[in-house]
Amino acid sequence: MQYLPNILFAIALTLGLGFFAMNIRKIFRNINLGKKIDRTDNTAARWKNMFKIALGQSKMVRRPFSGFLHVIVYVGFVIINIEVLEIVIDGLLGTHRIFQNFISASFYAFLIATFEILAALVFVVVTLFWTRRNLANIKRFLSPEMKGWPKMDGNIILYFEMVLMTLFLVMNATDTSFQEGGIGNPISQFLVPLFGSFSVGGLHAIERTAWWFHILGILVFLNYLFYSKHLHILLAFPNTFFANLNPKGQFNNLASVTNEVKLMMDPDADPYAAPDTGADEEIPEKFGASDVLDLNKIQLLNAYTCTECGRCTSACPANLTGKKLSPRKIMMDTRDRMEEVGRNIDANGGTFKEDGKQLLNDYILPEELWACTSCNACVEECPVNIDPLSIIMDMRRYLVMEESAAPQELNMMMTNIENNGAPWQYNQQDRLNWANEE
Amino acid sequence: MIVPTMADMMAQGKQPEVLFWVGAAGSYDDRAKKITRAFVKILQQAKVDFAVLGVEESSTGDAAKRAGNEFLFQMQAMMNIEVLNGYEVKKIVTCDPHSFNTLKNEYPSLGGTYEVYHHTQFIQNLIAEGRLKIDQTTLQGKRVTFHDPCYLGRGNDIYESPRDLIKRLGVNLTEMKRNKRSALCCGAGGAQMFKDAEAGDKEVNILRTEEALETKPDIIATGCPYCNTMMTDGIKFKEKEAAVVVKDIAELIAEANNL
Repeated sequence: MQYLPNILFAIALTLGLGFFAMNIRKIFRNINLGKKIDRTDNTAARWKNMFKIALGQSKMVRRPFSGFLHVIVYVGFVIINIEVLEIVIDGLLGTHRIFQNFISASFYAFLIATFEILAALVFVVVTLFWTRRNLANIKRFLSPEMKGWPKMDGNIILYFEMVLMTLFLVMNATDTSFQEGGIGNPISQFLVPLFGSFSVGGLHAIERTAWWFHILGILVFLNYLFYSKHLHILLAFPNTFFANLNPKGQFNNLASVTNEVKLMMDPDADPYAAPDTGADEEIPEKFGASDVLDLNKIQLLNAYTCTECGRCTSACPANLTGKKLSPRKIMMDTRDRMEEVGRNIDANGGTFKEDGKQLLNDYILPEELWACTSCNACVEECPVNIDPLSIIMDMRRYLVMEESAAPQELNMMMTNIENNGAPWQYNQQDRLNWANEE
Repeated sequence: MIVPTMADMMAQGKQPEVLFWVGAAGSYDDRAKKITRAFVKILQQAKVDFAVLGVEESSTGDAAKRAGNEFLFQMQAMMNIEVLNGYEVKKIVTCDPHSFNTLKNEYPSLGGTYEVYHHTQFIQNLIAEGRLKIDQTTLQGKRVTFHDPCYLGRGNDIYESPRDLIKRLGVNLTEMKRNKRSALCCGAGGAQMFKDAEAGDKEVNILRTEEALETKPDIIATGCPYCNTMMTDGIKFKEKEAAVVVKDIAELIAEANNL
């Protein structure tokens, strides 16, 4: 019976980590539904991006207030996790504050003091975040796509953090031998009076309860990530690593189109040539994207990485002028549809069964896609280098090349380019008239 | 004005220093044609040996590509590349950031690799080489704000070339709240120029014009014929034509130098 807590702890830990591993595999599986894209070139620049943008938060602090607050939570999260290591070892071995056996008392006190100060800071910042989200009337938190679950999801994450930080401080405050030591408790010492009426036994019970809820809370939070918008704490790293390195103005040239255009422009091509045997068995490649399976893996990784902060949308000229387009919604829709496809695959023994739905129309409307000015403000703004514009472009390509469903004026523009080599109806022979007009 | 074409040059067995890619707006749009002529005057003053394609130039395909018509884009690109490579063009300058971006970034993988300059970069080089001087007295004291074209700024990270030239005009450059990488689009990109906007509560160019007007400028400077149209329309909408003019940097330099 003496080992019961250790055994229970080991079971909880195994379950928590096991579930998490299972869900991570599901994320990988879903991302791999996307088309291949080679983003392994120039690894030096990729590592640099990851260190600067994900680890170094360089794009977060472009908005100094929210950026600075975010850095506090980020640093707190990373550093307080050292304490989690001690908690896990204690839990498995049945020890209490095992690090004390390996490091000097003053260094241990220094560590715990750091954790306590960070925990208090994180608590304050998270409360500020909650206020910004719920009371401060900040436009990017009030967009239509943030109604319902996305808003609640954001708040749940903040509550988790508040509760975890509180439990950590309560655990220290009710640890009588730790408080008697008198060092390493810069914050928790002020909580001690709150528990003044409890006996030593009562305090111990509270300490144990806080300890257990704290670590169980962390395991639950770890697993909540999968269902939440909070995966950026992990995926920001691969996402910045694999992000586009080309100039943002450069859009990819579709290779499938290049082949066809070359054939069309080849004077030696025989228009009556019979297709190669075997060639007609190939399904011709679809141009552009109407569903998540037409997008590439990085675009799908982008969708999982998005934490719905809305900086993209708050910089989007279309959104700022009241159009339906919101780059954040493009990412949220892509993720929702990808997860729907994933669940479909799970339910049908590993293969996708046609469900009569797609990303286009069922999630993203042409009206949203046609409002984009391709200005790259959303791409520039994203703190983790997500590229909503590439998805918008791929979906426009589908609308135009597969459905011929461009707005009428754009069809006229394109006809003009075909006929006169200019988007307007002018004669190509008049191209040099400007030289003689003054 | 006398503007040599590549065909003329070839007939004389000559190869110009640089090809001036005029672009559809610069060729046909009445407002943009003034930018084209201003830039040609600058080239002539600096004695740059240049030529244009004239009737052999065709749409780069930028608008078609951004409208989603990759077929039309690649057809245009391959036709243009055939012409450019036929004339053995090495160096291109253009006043249109869209042409600049397309020629520089999207043509190479289709077989057309050139050294491509936006006219603000090219003029900067002319000054650095001592071939051109800007008169600082003509426009002295004017308040100028610069609107960053998306395909020059965010699209290709060129923020300083136009600003460097504006500073050389002897004017006061005042920045809008949203500038450089956070600049607001004029509303024309991504083929929006050629269609009505989707339903909303405002036109993008009006919002951007309001931001420009907040700086109380005498001149709104741009480096893109499409931005120029959008901002000019915005100024008309705001009934500020009497107080504020929208000018391309090439026009300002031509004006400063009394060309």
